[in-house]
Amino acid sequence: MAARFSLDDESVVVIVGSGAGGGTLGNELAQKGIKVVILEAGARHEYDDFINNEWASFSQLSWGDARTASGSWRVAKDFPHLPAWIVKAVGGSTTHWAGASLRFQEHEFKTATTYGNLAGANLLDWPLTLAELEPYYARAEEKMGVTRTGGRPGLPGNNNFKIMKAGATKLGYKECNTGHMAINSRPRDNRNSCQQTGFCFQGCKWGAKWSTLYTEIPKGEATGKLEVRPESHVAHIEHDASDRVTGVVYFDKDGKIQRQKARIVAVAGNSIESPRLLLNSASSKFPDGLANSSGQVGRNYMRHVTGSVYGLFEKPVHMYRGTTMAGIIRDEARHDPSRGFAGGYEFETISLGLPFMAAFLDPGAWGREFTTALDSYSNLAGMWIVGEDMPQETNRITLSETKDRFGLAVADVHVDDHANDIAMRAHGYGQGRKLYEAVGATRVFPTPPYPSTHNLGTNRMSEKPRDGVVNKWGQTHDIKNLFVSDGSQFTTGGAENPTLTIVTLAIRQAEFIAAQMQQNAI
Amino acid sequence: MSLDKAPHEQGQPKVGVSRRNFLKRSSLAFSAAIAITPAGALLNTSEAWGLEVKGLKPETARTLILIARDIYPHDRVPDRFYAIAVRPWDTKAASDPATAAEIEGFIAGLDKAAGNGGYVGLGWEADRVALLREASSSNAFAMLRADLVTSLYNQPALWSIFGYEGESFSKGGYINRGFNDITWL
Ligand SMILES: Cc1cc2nc3c(=O)[nH]c(=O)nc-3n(C[C@H](O)[C@H](O)[C@H](O)COP(=O)(O)OP(=O)(O)OC[C@H]3O[C@@H](n4cnc5c(N)ncnc54)[C@H](O)[C@@H]3O)c2cc1C
Ligand code: SF4
Repeated sequence: MAARFSLDDESVVVIVGSGAGGGTLGNELAQKGIKVVILEAGARHEYDDFINNEWASFSQLSWGDARTASGSWRVAKDFPHLPAWIVKAVGGSTTHWAGASLRFQEHEFKTATTYGNLAGANLLDWPLTLAELEPYYARAEEKMGVTRTGGRPGLPGNNNFKIMKAGATKLGYKECNTGHMAINSRPRDNRNSCQQTGFCFQGCKWGAKWSTLYTEIPKGEATGKLEVRPESHVAHIEHDASDRVTGVVYFDKDGKIQRQKARIVAVAGNSIESPRLLLNSASSKFPDGLANSSGQVGRNYMRHVTGSVYGLFEKPVHMYRGTTMAGIIRDEARHDPSRGFAGGYEFETISLGLPFMAAFLDPGAWGREFTTALDSYSNLAGMWIVGEDMPQETNRITLSETKDRFGLAVADVHVDDHANDIAMRAHGYGQGRKLYEAVGATRVFPTPPYPSTHNLGTNRMSEKPRDGVVNKWGQTHDIKNLFVSDGSQFTTGGAENPTLTIVTLAIRQAEFIAAQMQQNAI
Repeated sequence: MSLDKAPHEQGQPKVGVSRRNFLKRSSLAFSAAIAITPAGALLNTSEAWGLEVKGLKPETARTLILIARDIYPHDRVPDRFYAIAVRPWDTKAASDPATAAEIEGFIAGLDKAAGNGGYVGLGWEADRVALLREASSSNAFAMLRADLVTSLYNQPALWSIFGYEGESFSKGGYINRGFNDITWL
């Protein structure tokens, strides 16, 4: 039975956000007998309610509240009010996500050491190593049922994958398979196996893909220690004179202000909303926002080097059939500066339905050059580039002049591509073109980045308090009972899709929080 | 007769157009296909649909249908889908004078630039597209294009023309319906 806690209960852990980070942390703590209230801005839609229709699903699940974008990145021009594609619903972006679940590589925890001094890049080594995380990675893979780990078989490849695979072989790539996916390749954990419906980005109506919505959250609720309060938008975090946080103020589903007391607050609103919340929590004691003595809150925003390559073939592909991310090539993920950039990138198959393809293939384009590509929609194959982007202090989340319906300043997302990002993207486009041409593509399209789905780094982890916002446990350097539990902790971004690492860190953080509570240290 | 039903789902057009009226309004191919009834509605007899126009001039709505096709030309897509894509602007114009004025102004500008016969009087697509290119930096064009990319392509009835199958959950996904059926590789 899901718990119900009173607003005055000072003993609860309050978690802001129910996605990969918050949903996992909530369940892990509840399993240890700790009382948890998750406040989630979005509504609760169970997986039966998901919609196999791109725009309808987008309106159902995505974060549609105002945000602004600035800087020279193309997203700011193409989607000035939609810099990121993130979910606002119970389950967070794990409802929309595709399920690609890769571990970071060892050197990606040590980029300052490995890549050296890159002008303009604010590189820093993580205060963590791969070895320290490995046992937690294994637990996360087990929890999420990641294929090709723990003896679980891979998913079968769809048409989009078969083309990728054939091209990869022609190019001499060695590491191409159907990926490490948090999607059941056989029934598991009381959930179905993948039925290849092809709407992974719209929420999996079979429940085959891991989402905190129907795994972590109900499991946590079953302990009687977890309460999830949907449609509860946290406005700011409160603290006392002794620099401890005491609770949060939020708007409930009727727009009424409520105050939930807390022993500990963990922020997991994803990397745009989490720094926004800390900045909006500024007080006379902390005029620059909570946990911001380093001035790093909101800075070093990363969203991966992305871009897509679509190849058009003489014969049908039907790329939209089956898992959206149905395959991966890892050969370019290594760090090899001889390619003209530091860090690496992955290729992962991607597919958009006709409505999204029209909106995202070449935003703003029109006329026959554009429409002849769509005329051959069923003959397209697609791949996404996802690589490590450089953290830069000036790429950052700040409070915008624009206010939301509660009167709270919204987030502005400012990005300028680093030269390394541009070189990596160009390399990815080039290799992608070669790959599709090698299997007979008659036209190839370089598609610019979509609104960011991987949002990282804005409350970075650091050894020294002056370099970042949180320590190796996600505990803020400034306030002992304030934690960050999402991808905003990432010191650097790696080439890998981030969610497995977010879940891994949340499992580890839950152990730390439980131990600290037991010792009465917090 | 409704825009949202395929021609085979509805009977013959009920709204009569006199042949004289029809000829008077249609000297060129496009305007021949879409006539304006005396009551000010649009009527496409060959595709068997009609569109009531509420917020815009009927001529403007008709021009918008051609503009929609010139922006996103798909030769296998009938006018009906472009008309459906245009309808939200008419609806918005009916309740929002500023939108109505912006659209009417944009069309008037194009008609003027096109000379005698206006935009729809330009028989060659290339000539019309050249006009649109010139107008493409305007706010009105940007708004029209941005709306159209959803209002046109988000019509499920049109997807099969592109070979997109849409919703698949109710059919059990593609696990037994060709997710890996490629044979030509
Ligand atoms: C289309 C798509 C595909 C993706 N595919 C992959 C993939 O294949 N692999 C991968 O690793 N990652 C993928 N991702 C990214 C992945 O979804 C995110 O990295 C991950 O979910 C982030 O976890 P999080 O906990 O930081 O935030 P989220 O999961 O986004 O959860 C944050 C939650 O916090 C809530 N919230 C925010 N602010 C407040 C507030 N003030 N008060 C209350 N609640 C608040 C939000 O409503 C949201 O529900 C994808 C994302 C998208 C959109
Ligand atoms: S393809 Fe598989 S994982 Fe994706 S939505 Fe369909 S059943 Fe779920």
